[in-house]
Amino acid sequence: MTAFSLLIRGGQIVDPTGRRRADVGIVDGTIDAVEATLDPADAEVVIDAADAVIASGFVDLCARVGEPGNEAAETVESAAIGAALGGFTTIHASPDTQPFIDDPSVVRDVQRLAAGAAISVRATGAITKGCAGIDLAPMREMAALGVSLFSDAGRYIGESGVMRRAFEYTNGAEVTLMLHPEAADLCGPGIMHEGECSSRMGVPGRSAVAEEIGVGRDLALARLSGAAVHFQRVSTAGALKLISEAKAAGMAVSCDVSSHHLDLTDALCCDYDTNTRLSPPLRPIDHVMALGAGVIDGTIDAIVSDHCPVVPEAKEMPFDLAPTGSLSFETAFAAVWTALDVGIEDLLTLLSWQPAKIARLGPTHDGKIAKGRAADLVVLDLGETWQVSGQTMVSPSHNSILEGRTLTGRVRHTISDGNPVVVDNLAYL
Amino acid sequence: MSSPVELRPVDERVIDAADIDESDTPRLISGRHLLGLDELGPAGIQQLLSYTDRFVEVNQRAIPKVPALRGKTVCTLFFEDSTRTKLSFETAAKRLSADTMSFSVSSSSVSKGESVRDTVETIQAMGVDAFVVRHKSSGVPWQITKWVDAGTSVINGGDGWHSHPTQGLLDAYTLCQARDGSAGDDPSLVGVRIGLIGDVKHSRVARSDVQAFTALGANVVLIGPQTLMPPSIAGWTIGQGTVEFGHDLDSLLPSLDVVALLRIQTERLGESLIPSAREYTSCYGITAKRLGRVRSDAIITHPGPMNRGVEVAVDVLDHHPGVVITKQVANGVAVRMAALFLLLGSGTNIL
Repeated sequence: MTAFSLLIRGGQIVDPTGRRRADVGIVDGTIDAVEATLDPADAEVVIDAADAVIASGFVDLCARVGEPGNEAAETVESAAIGAALGGFTTIHASPDTQPFIDDPSVVRDVQRLAAGAAISVRATGAITKGCAGIDLAPMREMAALGVSLFSDAGRYIGESGVMRRAFEYTNGAEVTLMLHPEAADLCGPGIMHEGECSSRMGVPGRSAVAEEIGVGRDLALARLSGAAVHFQRVSTAGALKLISEAKAAGMAVSCDVSSHHLDLTDALCCDYDTNTRLSPPLRPIDHVMALGAGVIDGTIDAIVSDHCPVVPEAKEMPFDLAPTGSLSFETAFAAVWTALDVGIEDLLTLLSWQPAKIARLGPTHDGKIAKGRAADLVVLDLGETWQVSGQTMVSPSHNSILEGRTLTGRVRHTISDGNPVVVDNLAYL
Repeated sequence: MSSPVELRPVDERVIDAADIDESDTPRLISGRHLLGLDELGPAGIQQLLSYTDRFVEVNQRAIPKVPALRGKTVCTLFFEDSTRTKLSFETAAKRLSADTMSFSVSSSSVSKGESVRDTVETIQAMGVDAFVVRHKSSGVPWQITKWVDAGTSVINGGDGWHSHPTQGLLDAYTLCQARDGSAGDDPSLVGVRIGLIGDVKHSRVARSDVQAFTALGANVVLIGPQTLMPPSIAGWTIGQGTVEFGHDLDSLLPSLDVVALLRIQTERLGESLIPSAREYTSCYGITAKRLGRVRSDAIITHPGPMNRGVEVAVDVLDHHPGVVITKQVANGVAVRMAALFLLLGSGTNIL
């Protein structure tokens, strides 16, 4: 009988306390020992982390897993494997499934589907029924089942009265409301950023100001209600500035950014490639740079994958009719690591430690690699380069906005609940 | 006494393949497709306009037909209604002796753009050398280039708000013709001040006109209420010409060498971009009163069909000598013949 079920050898640990070279011994789902050298004979399974970074696994606050309802594009099973390949050990499924996750029965259904998944797949509950922005969904009932994040799946809650009630109703509950800040009434039929590119391309645009309007309104309502607020997928410099000012004034505000918006601009849309259509849309370079600065100065609290699988037939529609979204699980970390000039600690803060806090995963997920913490870990090769190919990804969909790009940074191993679900960049079911 | 350009009847027994000198067949500078004027570039635009002169001449013959595209098939694939442009392309193809196929896909049978790819691949299987595509979604012709065979050309007959290259070309040609008699080898609109009046924001004609006019060196002023103007005009020009916004039509009119009118689509009235058609007409329409401010030597164009009573008062244009609308239509056929010839044709010696 060995001491450890799993031993990770030879790696460099990076966690909120700093960096150190150490081996990690795991017993079932918990880290049991972290020491300079542990004896491999003491472990049932040994995996090698030489020249690699060991960190707590990434936590995704916004992803679409397809199931229930859109299984042709993705299932909980394939989503979990794709996420594991990208270094995620916890993902949160967006509530715009069919049916919407706006009822405890659907939460239970999702939890059942997730029970056998490679990593932890948690449900995000809807704020309003059907994410329609009219009637509040039974958020407290869903919270009782363990749901900690709520959103209306990328839809702006247009009725200010409804938004206020949502804040007031959940105030004091252990939940986070994640809001899409882009005011839809200003955007109209817009399908990409309103600016030079949309104008040349002859497509209706969505002004960056719409996001400022949404953030401004929701900050005021949160202040009025005394509630905390989290803004999802901020994409503009103006909105980021309002959030930064609110934080400086002491408000309980947090925000996240999608990996794509730290890297890509709206110029990418000029060929009418439907894989470049995202929501919120890609923005020009000055916004991308502002978001990059927000990562460094701490205004941004988390990076999300915004994984969104779409079947090939749907992406072959005309540019204005094709659904938005790109695959992202398997590329999110590498995309940001390649695009931004930041230290690995900063990146891990935004991909792992802080999103775990926002998602209220608890003290076992505080990011520290120490005895008693959950064995949800990722081992990263920071220098390895590879080429993106949508066809080789595990998803049934292939819509990657980064198709053909060369990225630096690769997941070597992913350990979920003590199980090595990805070893040497291959998934083990 | 043989002339270099003979009037040859189109008859299989008379014309031998050997008669056609393929070695002197020019090809469109920009490549296999005609999708947008920015891709065509100033050199390609000049090439097309110069060739249009030849086809204007062909169209004036007693038998306006040449065998250049014999055996080729041109398919007009229109996902959006259009009688004029479709007819114009079909006429152009037929005058070059091509076979034509015509598919009008109404919005009910291809709902939400589901089957663009299927439609293209099905028709392609019947043997097509060129598609002329019109669609209400910008970018569709570019997407279609990914689905056609290696040898097939795609011509943009108008995509959404974005591009209508042959319209831009025929408008530019008409202006050169009105000013200089023809395009010649070096068509130019340098120093010409052109006012483009109306709904620029939603107009593929406007975008292509700006490209074509500026490629020839003109100075374009976009005139209309800001709700009908695009959010940005950066990158709209090609070549040496300039483009700017202008809002006061009355003060601008006397300075315009060309008054290029655009249609106001009735759908826009429903979108509340302008308070009413009457208000639009009183501020931006060519009313009888406003016609007095248009110079007598100015040229007046309109892409058609005209909304009489909206962008122009009912009979106003019948009284100005500079109205060239019917020439635009005739030149449209010639420009499209030039485009098809440069993409698919054989032998300038048989023109």
